[in-house]
Amino acid sequence: MFRRTVESTAATISLVVDGNEVRARAGESLAAALLAEGLLSFRRSAVSGVPRGPWCLMGACFECLVTIDGARQRACMIRAVDGMHIETGEGRRRLLP
Amino acid sequence: MSSNRELGDPYELVVVGAGPAGLAAATAAAGLGINTVLLDEQSSLGGQIYRAIEETPLADPAVLGKSYGRGRLLVRSFVASGARHIPGASVWHVAEGQGGCLTVGLSVGSAAHMIEARRVILATGALERPFPIPGWTLPGVLAAGGAQTLLKSAAIVPAGYVVLAGTGPLLWLFAAQMLRAGGRITAFLDTASVENRRAALAHLPGFLASSYFREGLDLMRAVRRGAQVVRGVKALVAHGTERLSEVAFRRLGSTEERIPADILLLHQGVVPDLNLAAAAGCKLTWDERQLAFLPVTDRWGASSVEGIAIAGDGAGIMGSEAAAERGRLAALDAACRLGRITQSDRDRKAAPVAKALARATRGRAFLDALFRPTRAFRVPEGETIVCRCEEVTARQVRESAAFGCPGPNQLKAFLRAGMGPCQGRMCGLTVSALLAEARGVTMGEIGYFRLRPPVKPLTLSELAALPATPAAMEAVGR
Ligand code: FES
Repeated sequence: MFRRTVESTAATISLVVDGNEVRARAGESLAAALLAEGLLSFRRSAVSGVPRGPWCLMGACFECLVTIDGARQRACMIRAVDGMHIETGEGRRRLLP
Repeated sequence: MSSNRELGDPYELVVVGAGPAGLAAATAAAGLGINTVLLDEQSSLGGQIYRAIEETPLADPAVLGKSYGRGRLLVRSFVASGARHIPGASVWHVAEGQGGCLTVGLSVGSAAHMIEARRVILATGALERPFPIPGWTLPGVLAAGGAQTLLKSAAIVPAGYVVLAGTGPLLWLFAAQMLRAGGRITAFLDTASVENRRAALAHLPGFLASSYFREGLDLMRAVRRGAQVVRGVKALVAHGTERLSEVAFRRLGSTEERIPADILLLHQGVVPDLNLAAAAGCKLTWDERQLAFLPVTDRWGASSVEGIAIAGDGAGIMGSEAAAERGRLAALDAACRLGRITQSDRDRKAAPVAKALARATRGRAFLDALFRPTRAFRVPEGETIVCRCEEVTARQVRESAAFGCPGPNQLKAFLRAGMGPCQGRMCGLTVSALLAEARGVTMGEIGYFRLRPPVKPLTLSELAALPATPAAMEAVGR
């Protein structure tokens, strides 16, 4: 679990995560927004399908891959923008190589 | 030479990485009149150490400590320097191009580009060392540096039952930061060997004279006051099914203890992020003191590849203050080799920088010895996952060695270890350590994964955006 130390209503935006509305702070990473929502598992692993969540939060591990507005991306490298659609849970990655 | 109007190339100097080394290098180079661009994957300046320095949402950024504030000056000097900054630029390739130039492949947004530069300074910084314990892939188990990034950039702290485990200055620093930010730590499991203290004593004089001394002592005292610190932890297991629920650990000469846990933060030091340097062909060497592969560099940071220098922790861990000085040295050398200043100018300007560098690296040997990670947490056993992407276990790596797999590169064919999207960043050191042990050779002999560009996965659409031939690049560049 993670919790926000600053509760501000100022920069609040809303995202759609797996069909549910989630509030986030504009400018924070999507990974931060999802973790603050109580989500720890972001996807299923490519080989055995077990749940996985963010590890490094700096773009190195690729554990935080989610589908953002249709594209598979690292949630820790993308800033939350109002109205974004995020799908978690997919296992197979569509990346080269 | 092709040109890329949008990205403003060609440049005299491309600096990769906007942490202390890259910021200082680009600032110094621009100050010497060099046409410079700074590329960084993040959307704002500062790198990991000064992450979100100009925009942290923390109510009181002072919880991050004095050293964090130092980043502000570096960022502001850079902004005033006239060097260009391309944020959100993921660099996946550096290689010799035409006419003595270097070609840099990068992705910005969802398009790939190639830009040309006379010289490149890689300031790619550090990564957390792999920490392969049973259960480290469970949701709820994170790298402590990752949690620190959340604190700096989003003012978020771990909550519930929070266990920190491992060794290294960053782990202690983060523990103190999160306590100051109002977080709670259920247990701090210190995995440093008690033997480390004796080894560190030999380096005590340097440490006493360093800036780490006071700060470090205060920090450790604060953590001991605010959390239950368990020393001499020999074994660690993260338990849970869909997510972490418990941490089991064992100390010297005692039976297993179990504590409930919602979040486990692991850390056992940082190592150079050398994927880009290695893929560019820079020679690597094993460093037994840092227990890491480092690119071979001279005092200016020049690598074994003409035109490429490496500055900061990416060339060996010395910390953020040293990183800035190493960036300045690399910039001076670049200016000299570009014919902007004479060699004697370079040496004269470098003298005070070298002095500052010597000051900044005091105490490093002490820290390396005191926080040296133990073998048990570097060389995992049994079914512990080594390669997170391809879910390869320690047993499988050992079996491959027994079947005659000679080294890390051949292991890719055996098990696909290191071939997932992280490209060995999470497993490279573990794979080398397991194979070296199994084959009875040194780390230097076994070596590291041979890395090839692109060092970050590219999507098909990014590739499609890339001009295919030099002629095509000419065509789109006009
Ligand atoms: S958490 Fe590691 S890449 Fe996002």
